[in-house]
Amino acid sequence: MSLQSARHPDPVDPIFRGLAFAAATTLLLTLGGLIVALMIGGWPAISKFGFGFLTSSTWNPVTEVYGAAGPIVGTLITAVLSLTIALPIAVCVSVFLTQYCPKQIAQPVSTAIELLAGIPSIVYGMWGLFVFAPWFARTVQLPILTSLDPESFWGKLLAGVPNGANIFTASIVLAIMILPYMSAVFRELFRSIPPQVREAAFGLGCTSYEVVGSVLIPYVKKGMIGVVMLGFGRALGETMAVTFIIGNSHRFPDSLFASGSTLASTIANEFNEASGVHLASLIALGLVLFLITFTVLAIARALLSSQRY
Amino acid sequence: MLTACSDKGAATAEGKDAPAAGDITGAGSTFFAPLGAKWAETYKDTTGVRLNYQSIGSGGGVRQIKVKTVDFGATDKPVKPADLDETGLLQFPIVMGGIVPIVNLPDVKSGQMNLTGPLLADIYMGKVKRWDDPAIRALNPGLKLPHLPITVIHRADGSGTTFLFSNYLAKVSPTWKEEVGAADALEWPAGLGGKGNEGVSAFVKQTLGAIGYVEFAVAARTGTAVANMRNHDGHMIAPSIEAFAAAAAGADWANAPGNQLLLLDQPGAQAWPITGTVFIVMHKTQDKPASGRAALTFFDWAYTNGDALATKMHYVPLPPEVKQMMRAQWSQITGPDGKPVYAPATPAPAVAASAASAQ
Repeated sequence: MSLQSARHPDPVDPIFRGLAFAAATTLLLTLGGLIVALMIGGWPAISKFGFGFLTSSTWNPVTEVYGAAGPIVGTLITAVLSLTIALPIAVCVSVFLTQYCPKQIAQPVSTAIELLAGIPSIVYGMWGLFVFAPWFARTVQLPILTSLDPESFWGKLLAGVPNGANIFTASIVLAIMILPYMSAVFRELFRSIPPQVREAAFGLGCTSYEVVGSVLIPYVKKGMIGVVMLGFGRALGETMAVTFIIGNSHRFPDSLFASGSTLASTIANEFNEASGVHLASLIALGLVLFLITFTVLAIARALLSSQRY
Repeated sequence: MLTACSDKGAATAEGKDAPAAGDITGAGSTFFAPLGAKWAETYKDTTGVRLNYQSIGSGGGVRQIKVKTVDFGATDKPVKPADLDETGLLQFPIVMGGIVPIVNLPDVKSGQMNLTGPLLADIYMGKVKRWDDPAIRALNPGLKLPHLPITVIHRADGSGTTFLFSNYLAKVSPTWKEEVGAADALEWPAGLGGKGNEGVSAFVKQTLGAIGYVEFAVAARTGTAVANMRNHDGHMIAPSIEAFAAAAAGADWANAPGNQLLLLDQPGAQAWPITGTVFIVMHKTQDKPASGRAALTFFDWAYTNGDALATKMHYVPLPPEVKQMMRAQWSQITGPDGKPVYAPATPAPAVAASAASAQ
């Protein structure tokens, strides 16, 4: 078969090759166009504020002075925090589903997880605003506020208005949102491990814990980095859910329970009514978000290619 | 074009034959959207003409009408006269509404808390930090005020409501004007932001000791405790349709260039200090006269028949003489041939006509 096709090349081949090439080129052109459009749109702000745009936390539509530091910090904190919460849970869920869970239960649970991934983010946002935030304020924030000395380290770290709209709750909602996605991919990664590997490890006398910790997880490490980075990318760009629950304050967040803002939530909030430099600054925020996401994915690629087996 | 009939009775009879022909497109103010939708529903039942309104925010509405993707834009924030001249636009008020402070305190019900503009500014600047502050106590002698921190809630999204609220505070408080200023989005000195009117009222409801500002219709719907305000004449009054109407009654529309008028801190014993107006923005020269005619026919219908529905939904109808004044101005909206696209069925009185031509 292969010899034959080598002698008589399939006539479809060049067409398919051309199609694939066109798709790849279109993608690159779109990406390039996006950067150029963001640069042009954001140029009035970039040229006016220069590098200070990234370091200043002033965001004042009245005096038309804009700085992105508040939203940048808010974006990074919420993304890192949500990943920290979601990653261990996602690993545990997928380990349980593939290694310990009886088959009859595993299938419905897996489907449920995939279903969670399909819920629109605005639904998570509304749930966060109307259900989770009030609960969190009552059962977590109020006791903390009343029992901690406001001047102590913990008092300062956990200071904030007890209404549940803050960076921490936004991170938890984000974690819930990226969790199903991450655990679904993890599960597939674990399933892709040849059963012989697992059986061999058990044959050597490993306990279940040792099999998972020393054999299976290292086996899929490369894929895991990719999952983590994609989850991180999703957390960076998530908009609606965060907008509802983060409190939308442009100031520098000075505690875990302070309200803040993210790049995406700021753009979503103000884009409709903005014009002039305000609009340009919002587009520049978009450019910053694009570059951060790009950097994260580039790091992921670098990590992946440095892995050797 | 059937909808061209200035006679409303004829339009009712004949409009049904060509339902799609006269479709009107508009975009803008989210505040106007619920009323616009209700009006459109009733209007379609009587004339067969549909109104397609996109609730994208006031700024978006103005942007859309400037690039002519819609027949009219609706905005809570009047376009500046210079901007109108430059882009060949005409704006006229269509309906009004009130912005009210809402509070969440254990022993305070609607109508019990008294506030003044300057005090509200101090609260929103974070200068008055607790509910038992002497400034608040002095205004509310009979009220049980706890030693609770005040949580300030504002709009997170750029909005016409914030524009009116901050303009009012700038008008009554020099410190606010200097330190914060007025726009549809601000660098808020304190507090946190909720998305939309619903977001603000949700945060106020959930936070003990919170204060926020929303449109009256939203406060009425969500049942949050509404505060009284001291008005321009020094009276402490509760927000009501009558109080908003009183603010409009004292307004000097005839001398407002380009109809740019903010009903803030208006004189009048019963006038509510933070009253807003929804403006309709249209091009003076209509490329497609039929569309302009359809839109004006609709607004004429709304002026004549829309008041009951508006009041029911907590909006405030315009005073009759203002409506007459605006009808007279519609003659400025012309087709490419320079002829007015629409002649109102109700003839404009001479007084209103001269007031319009004076600008």
